[in-house]
Amino acid sequence: MSFAFKAEQQKRFKALLKQYPDKRSAALPVLHLAQEQEGYLSTEIIETLAGMLDITPASLMDTVSFYTMFHTKPRGKYLLQVCQTLSCSLAGADQLVDHLEHKFHIQVGETTEDGKFTLLKVECLGSCGTAPVVQINDDYYERVSKEKLKRVLEKLP
Amino acid sequence: MSDFQPILTKHVGVPGSSTLDYYMAHEGYRAARRAVLEMSNDEIVQVVRESNLQGRGGAGFPAGVKWGFIPKESKKPKYLICNADESEPGTFKDRLLITHNPHQMIEGMIIASKAIDCHLAFIYIRGEFAREARLLEAALSECRANQVLGKGIFGSKYDLDILVHRGAGAYICGEEMALIESLEGKRGWPRIKPPFPAVEGYLRCPTIVNNVETLSNLPHIINEGAVWFRGIGATADSPGPKLYCLSGHVQRPGVYEAPMGTKLSHLIFTHAGGTPEGRKLKAVIPGGSSAPVLTAEEAEDLRMDFPSVQAAGSMLGSAGIIVMDETTDMVQACYNVARFYAHESCGQCTPCREGTTWLTKIFQRFTNGQGRMEDIDLILDVTDNIGGLIDFSRGSFGKTICPFGEAVAWPVRAFVEKFRAEFEAYQSQEAAA
Ligand SMILES: Cc1cc2nc3c(=O)[nH]c(=O)nc-3n(C[C@H](O)[C@H](O)[C@H](O)COP(=O)(O)O)c2cc1C
Ligand code: SF4
Ligand code: FES
Repeated sequence: MSFAFKAEQQKRFKALLKQYPDKRSAALPVLHLAQEQEGYLSTEIIETLAGMLDITPASLMDTVSFYTMFHTKPRGKYLLQVCQTLSCSLAGADQLVDHLEHKFHIQVGETTEDGKFTLLKVECLGSCGTAPVVQINDDYYERVSKEKLKRVLEKLP
Repeated sequence: MSDFQPILTKHVGVPGSSTLDYYMAHEGYRAARRAVLEMSNDEIVQVVRESNLQGRGGAGFPAGVKWGFIPKESKKPKYLICNADESEPGTFKDRLLITHNPHQMIEGMIIASKAIDCHLAFIYIRGEFAREARLLEAALSECRANQVLGKGIFGSKYDLDILVHRGAGAYICGEEMALIESLEGKRGWPRIKPPFPAVEGYLRCPTIVNNVETLSNLPHIINEGAVWFRGIGATADSPGPKLYCLSGHVQRPGVYEAPMGTKLSHLIFTHAGGTPEGRKLKAVIPGGSSAPVLTAEEAEDLRMDFPSVQAAGSMLGSAGIIVMDETTDMVQACYNVARFYAHESCGQCTPCREGTTWLTKIFQRFTNGQGRMEDIDLILDVTDNIGGLIDFSRGSFGKTICPFGEAVAWPVRAFVEKFRAEFEAYQSQEAAA
């Protein structure tokens, strides 16, 4: 399966290349753009993007592998990311992880069989004043209790 | 000091405070207009230098002095980068400034850009802040539509645009050299300094990196003057309004704006309402998790400005204050900190990459009940190997490319030295079981 940007994304890609003083600087935004469209960054996608940015696939792969937000494998529709760093841990984040592992019968890093949820532990999300924090895809949920988490998860389509 | 009125967060919580209309109605862009239309670049640098504004990103380096390192004779383009990576554990002030008052920060960026003759500036924002990045895009669009950004801003001959650049999840990208590499589309590996970014930064061009809060102070300094700014806080050497982030065991966690040099105990007990259920204070991390932990006694009379916290053997850093009460297990807390750094080491330097992994393994052993007495000294040994022989009176001897090495070595060491009895008790308890 070959990869190509859809019309709208192609427009944004071109605009991005124009904004930066050099092509490679557009790598992170371009990777975000592709991941938004495809859900994850397959080897084919990375190879195609590398060509578009005039760099080698290995070099772009090197970049991709460094960042936790880039995924090279398919993941669930919802990425449940529980912050485990100190302030969240002091506020009981560990119990949230246990709770989710039990609820979905998965371990951290795994995806539910229906492909709906992937559970991850992440590091400080920069919102320690409202700990514990869970990020679901792009959205932050703050001061999360088990009850609140239950309500949030039920509302997800 | 009790009559202090918030300056940077004055408009926080007011509906609409993030819009250009609101900002303009509250004297917005008056300072930037003056800087662009009436002041020479040197004049701007001079005022900021005289204000003694210290960088709010962690190191407290004087902003005006840093700008002065830009080589004027260089024909290369100059770049300004606003550091909105906000990834130091315990820190959540920049997000507040971006959400409620993005134009204050953008105005600061215009002033700084003009001062260093930059025509393209970046906001490097951590990837997780997707909502905040969209908000900034919207604010920048408003600016472009109103001659605040673009060609000939405010009717001058000065062109400036600002781009939002999202990171993708990596703590180290808050470090300025890693940030620059990341902006160049590479992995966030810090470069050896010197050359400093002011000489060779983004695309090997002169580059200034300043924190969101540092930049947000600039409009006020231009409007009210350096003398006014130096008058705020306990000492003129380390002055200004400051955002303190309180989290952990406090009744009212949050961001509180107070004069630089406010007492830590005042922040904890008055602003943040003290510990829950009146429990005893045990320890405080004063400046994000890279800052060595303080005991309750050390925290008691401490003034929260750069020189005072340094004199107490820690650092003001990002002013991320993590409060721990008597219920805290210090071994677990230290394990959490060590684990964070093991996960976030960029892997470039052997002492940091291997050392942080070692530490985590030792702590794992400890918390699994397999710790040995000699492990306590082994922890201290490993921290020496990562962060140099630590003697606060002599400073440390850096063994790594970036200060991340010290950022893990110092705090871990402080935990063990200050709460050694707890480590020993933990160990023997587990050994007995
Ligand atoms: C490991 C590490 C992480 C850092 N993270 C941040 C950060 O998240 N935000 C920030 O503004 N500065 C961070 N810094 C400091 C930057 O390197 C740089 O000094 C700062 O952005 C300069 O801005 P200032 O002079 O306005 O403080 C970090 C430094 C280190 C060593
Ligand atoms: S000290 Fe650690 S984080 Fe810094 S460059 Fe070396 S390996 Fe990377
Ligand atoms: S520790 Fe969880 S958001 Fe900072």
